[in-house]
Amino acid sequence: MADNLSQNTPSNKIKLNLRVNKVARIQYLQDFFFHKLTLFFASLVLIVLLGIIISLVISAWPTLKESGIGFFFKNEWNVVNSKFGGLSSIYGTLVTSIIALLIAVPISFGIAVFLTETCPIWLRRPLGIAIEMLAAIPSIIYGMFGLFVFAPIFGDYIQPALNSSLGQIPFIGILFSGPQNGIGVLCAGIILSFMIIPFIASVIRDVFSIVPPILKESAYGIGCTTWEVVTRIVLPYTRVGVVGGVMLGLGRALGETMAVTFVIGNAHRINASLFSPGSSIASTLANEFGEAEPGLHYASLFALGLTLFIITFAVLFAAKLMLANIDKKKGVKS
Amino acid sequence: MKKKNFLVTFIATLLFSTFVYAKEITITGAGATFVAPLISKWSEEYKKISGNSINYASIGSSGGVKQIREKTVDFGATDAPLKGEDLEKDGMVQFPEIIGAVVPVINLEGFKPGELRIDGPTLASIFLGDITKWSDKRIVDLNTGKKLPDSEITVVTRSDGSGTTNVFTDYLSKVSPAWKEKVGTANTVNWPAKSTIGGKGNEGVAANVTRVKGSIGYVEFAYAKLNNIPHINMKNFDGKFVAPSLESFKAAAAGADWTSVPGMGISLNNQKGEKSWPITSASFILMYKNPVDKTKSNETLKFFEWAFKNGGKAAESLEYVPLPANVTDYIAKNVWSKIQK
Repeated sequence: MADNLSQNTPSNKIKLNLRVNKVARIQYLQDFFFHKLTLFFASLVLIVLLGIIISLVISAWPTLKESGIGFFFKNEWNVVNSKFGGLSSIYGTLVTSIIALLIAVPISFGIAVFLTETCPIWLRRPLGIAIEMLAAIPSIIYGMFGLFVFAPIFGDYIQPALNSSLGQIPFIGILFSGPQNGIGVLCAGIILSFMIIPFIASVIRDVFSIVPPILKESAYGIGCTTWEVVTRIVLPYTRVGVVGGVMLGLGRALGETMAVTFVIGNAHRINASLFSPGSSIASTLANEFGEAEPGLHYASLFALGLTLFIITFAVLFAAKLMLANIDKKKGVKS
Repeated sequence: MKKKNFLVTFIATLLFSTFVYAKEITITGAGATFVAPLISKWSEEYKKISGNSINYASIGSSGGVKQIREKTVDFGATDAPLKGEDLEKDGMVQFPEIIGAVVPVINLEGFKPGELRIDGPTLASIFLGDITKWSDKRIVDLNTGKKLPDSEITVVTRSDGSGTTNVFTDYLSKVSPAWKEKVGTANTVNWPAKSTIGGKGNEGVAANVTRVKGSIGYVEFAYAKLNNIPHINMKNFDGKFVAPSLESFKAAAAGADWTSVPGMGISLNNQKGEKSWPITSASFILMYKNPVDKTKSNETLKFFEWAFKNGGKAAESLEYVPLPANVTDYIAKNVWSKIQK
């Protein structure tokens, strides 16, 4: 067939054209539908996102109407008198996440540097797999571990030690005073850091390993130390990925529910001491949604959900902005 | 060949199960977590004799009320009774199905179950944060001859909304005007004591109390008993100290006048009687007078009728108190008769 068609007779030419047209038409249709289908899938994400925002705003509306912007700055949560302000939960969310990042980022960075630069080859795989397994543990397990294993040790040994060392320093000492029963904001922050270390570490490790060996080898070749290679070559090259990994961890820390609910102590109160119980947005939702009566309580819980949404959004936005600024300074736009 | 066999078996099973399913009725209910273990035990036994099964979702009292109002279930269960006018408005009836109790539990060195004695106002002061040390005079006075440590009190509460909290705060409101004014009665309250830590569920409170030295909390009686957490002996309305037990819960239920409130929604807290345990409460069932699905509604009534007659032993094995016979008679005659058959 093909040989016949390849002969350049006029009738063959028409046949060929017809056939090509047919194939082209089919392919055009295929492409067209494939394009629309993928467009539809992609826009689903947008539709769901918009839907969530709209439904959150609608459900939270009674509270937003009642207390307006003041909802975010009022430190009172009283179901009996129907007085609701989100400040204590917002405070708890931010403080636990910040504690988690303060602990997790340096440790994850260290893990990633060790795994990609100085780790003996035979240890690399087992360590890498162990980190990935940590990331796969469900959060409820961390919560149980936190409440039954970590909190007693934390209360009996670590809190007294912190109190007698850091607690004696003026000004920041107040952070490490107060009840030493193991449960509280600091405990929640530490458990959160356990949970996000594997996320951040595995992302940083992955991006570190894509640095072209030629760059690193050149640096080692002119006599750079490992530290210099990491800070001058690897980090600048992988900036976006590292910030992305940290943000991923922060995102998980902000929204983590069960583990925090187990160990934060669930009190709607803002205390200077990190030892004292608090509550986060997610833990408040987990605790109170089941039994919330329709009305202001229900709406206020939705308002808290909306707040969490906004905080996460703001974090992402800030990260993007930060990256864009760094790029601008370098004169490149990504 | 093997594959085909498997397929045939699979389809046969499917057909058979739909066939069986069509024959028996599944009653659905939702609500209080407090009664969930009991209803699941009852339904297990009931299925053996009737073939009908009960599908109970333990989603919390408020959830139960919500579900029955939306008519998605055949019965709702709630720890906090609905008011008479609300029942009237919704066209529902309400009846108690079981009695349970809440007990204060402690973790205090040297104190075994029942060795610490406390009265209502003192308990309220502890949960208000007025009493912050175990060596406070008000506690010492109630426990002459016992050595109380000079340690801080940690208050442990339920962090999730709960009927248990409702019963407990209702009791504190009854015995302490200060509590009634400052805190009140609800499924979730704003706990005033500075030392308060919240645990999720009975298990969360139990875990925190057993772990934190010098703590006091409150759980359902079954929890305290099964986990062997030291409880407190409470001073009751008659001024006697009583231990939590099925007998003292029964005594509290015996003196109650169920007909005094529409919908039988009385509180059993702080009842008269020498042997009455002061923090006792009934759990309630909600059903429609004019049900959407009459067959299922009738089956639901049959289930509770069976449970009232034969479920007492199962209830006591789970540390619940069955309703006295005169109360179940009253329910059958005066409440169930309002439901259209």
